[in-house]
Amino acid sequence: MSEALLDVRELTKNFHVPGAKGNNTLCALDKINLYVNRGETLGLVGESGCGKSTLARTLLMLETPDSGSVRFDGVDPFGLKSRELLAWRRRVQMVFQDPFASLNARMTAGEIVSEPWATHRDLYPTKAARQARLSELFTLVGLRPSDAGKSPQEFSGGQRQRIGIARALALNPDVIVLDEPVSALDLSVQAQVLNLLNDLQQRLGVAYIFISHDLSVVRHVADRVAVMYLGRIVETGTAEEVFDRPSHPYTAALMSASPHLDVTATAPRQRIILEGEMPSPLDPPSGCRFRTRCWKAQDICATLAPEPRAALDNPEHISECHFPIEPTRDEPEQLAHAS
Amino acid sequence: MSTITQTVSESTVRAENKLVLDVDGLVVEIRTPKGTLRAVNDVSFQAFSGRTIALLGESGCGKSMTAKAIAGLLDPVADVAGGEVRLNGTDLARLKPKERRKFAGPELGIVFQDALTALNPVYTVGTQLGEAFRIHHGLSAKAAKVKAVELMRRVGIPEPESRVDSYPHQFSGGMRQRVLIAMAVALNPRLLIADEPTTALDVTVQAQIMALLRDLRTETHMAVVLITHDLALVAEEADTVAVMYAGKVVETGPVREVFARPHHPYTRGLLDSVPANIGRGEDLKSIAGSPPELHNIPVGCVYQSRCPLVQDICRAVSPPLEPAGDDRAVACHFSKELDNV
Repeated sequence: MSEALLDVRELTKNFHVPGAKGNNTLCALDKINLYVNRGETLGLVGESGCGKSTLARTLLMLETPDSGSVRFDGVDPFGLKSRELLAWRRRVQMVFQDPFASLNARMTAGEIVSEPWATHRDLYPTKAARQARLSELFTLVGLRPSDAGKSPQEFSGGQRQRIGIARALALNPDVIVLDEPVSALDLSVQAQVLNLLNDLQQRLGVAYIFISHDLSVVRHVADRVAVMYLGRIVETGTAEEVFDRPSHPYTAALMSASPHLDVTATAPRQRIILEGEMPSPLDPPSGCRFRTRCWKAQDICATLAPEPRAALDNPEHISECHFPIEPTRDEPEQLAHAS
Repeated sequence: MSTITQTVSESTVRAENKLVLDVDGLVVEIRTPKGTLRAVNDVSFQAFSGRTIALLGESGCGKSMTAKAIAGLLDPVADVAGGEVRLNGTDLARLKPKERRKFAGPELGIVFQDALTALNPVYTVGTQLGEAFRIHHGLSAKAAKVKAVELMRRVGIPEPESRVDSYPHQFSGGMRQRVLIAMAVALNPRLLIADEPTTALDVTVQAQIMALLRDLRTETHMAVVLITHDLALVAEEADTVAVMYAGKVVETGPVREVFARPHHPYTRGLLDSVPANIGRGEDLKSIAGSPPELHNIPVGCVYQSRCPLVQDICRAVSPPLEPAGDDRAVACHFSKELDNV
């Protein structure tokens, strides 16, 4: 396999929480390992508070990690200084969740999309070049170039997200971090934006880190998936492997919990309903972090944190569990929901 | 545990599948500086005891406004301008606010999406849960608190005795939603309106909350009106569905049948937009354009600007909601042609 575009090893990030009782260190990211290849989509899945946004912010260098390494195209961005850093920042861009909050209402759509060029001046040095590129970007994301003079509130939610995508593309990045890019949109509009993202990736070869809580969306867009729980990646692999043969109980529970649209099913679906909620990251459980909600937990789970292991003898499918699910043996076990 | 025994004995009195709510031709108008808008335009549907009907639609389609009109919680700028809302035969829309308040609790309960704004931050959860018993049953504060603890246990809140004196901000999102559900079902209402009850929650918590609502429905035979934009949730939780678009019900019927073979092009478009059962990288069949603005509803069919079947008649005549087979109805001039597209 050729070298990954983005390679993250043992990335750890703690936050100090003043005033918290007892332990005041919040471990947001705990030894994260992941990679992203050129032109592919990595889906990042997990519930609120699991650390997916902190991970995204760290990859964008908006947070400094406490330990571990980030390699982008072979270079550690955290070691870069001024000019090189500026050049690096061009290559990693972001699209935000809420297209109503992430666009400045006092700027026109054109100003929003072309603002990055005010910092990265050498990219399109002449006004004519910027103007031409602006029209090109608007066309690329399915807006009319003549719309550049309108302000964001004149656009619908889907169109606003297109503006946000055009802004992220303005610097011709290699990676775009998409933080819940369609979850604020209506279903019919969501499909339009997902199609656009897919189309752009095929045309431009840009890699996506796609953060979402919606498993059906991630399954549709992702080549590979990483499932996060309480600051750790508990399972990762190709989207097909992880979704069709989940190894970690949390992944299985997450998939089981999301409602299915299948109306042809004759028997009611067997469901795993987890007990309780995700524990506070200020006070994570000993051993395996998922054990407090896991129906397979044994004594060893409380004393020993499971190491990442290849699931089902597939070295590309990694899961952290002492008692991984084996599809041949395990039937989905029903668990009584919280009493 | 007296609550449970009480509900069981009462539930035997309440029969399954009886008409509880009959909404007939409901019209809600909003007064704005730009003129009067019709947010809900001639909406009709029924809810039956022990059954769930889903009002399904995208933002701005009028589903929440319908719920608020039923519950009598419309904003001051909005009015019920026509139609009837009969709850067990009484037309709620014609009641005076004071008479109507008697229905809130024993007849009708409502669960909102955002529990943090629906709960009062300066009162304890116990006070808020006990309010229904103090007002409707005239219980003392002390007796109401005992009831509140029972309720909290019933909706699965751990350690209710110690948590009854906590404030809403001390609860997690899922637990707050349980509190809200507890308030709604405190007096065993015949009708429960759940307005996007799990949209703000994570999926594993959503599964817990939906399981709780199912259990309560089975236990008390209440009728549930589930308001949501989530097709999969409708597929799993509802018996019947009313699909709404731009203030109108465009299609209604049993969920399985509507989703397996939609009669309205909008329902079909929504189902095709779901990124399930489609390969990685394949294009989703999205619906072009976006819904019309409420102050700019076209003459004729509300869906004409996005419809693949549109003809001249759609731009002139609004199709009425007409029966289309067993328990189904659709508002489309060309629903029969949909299968050939």
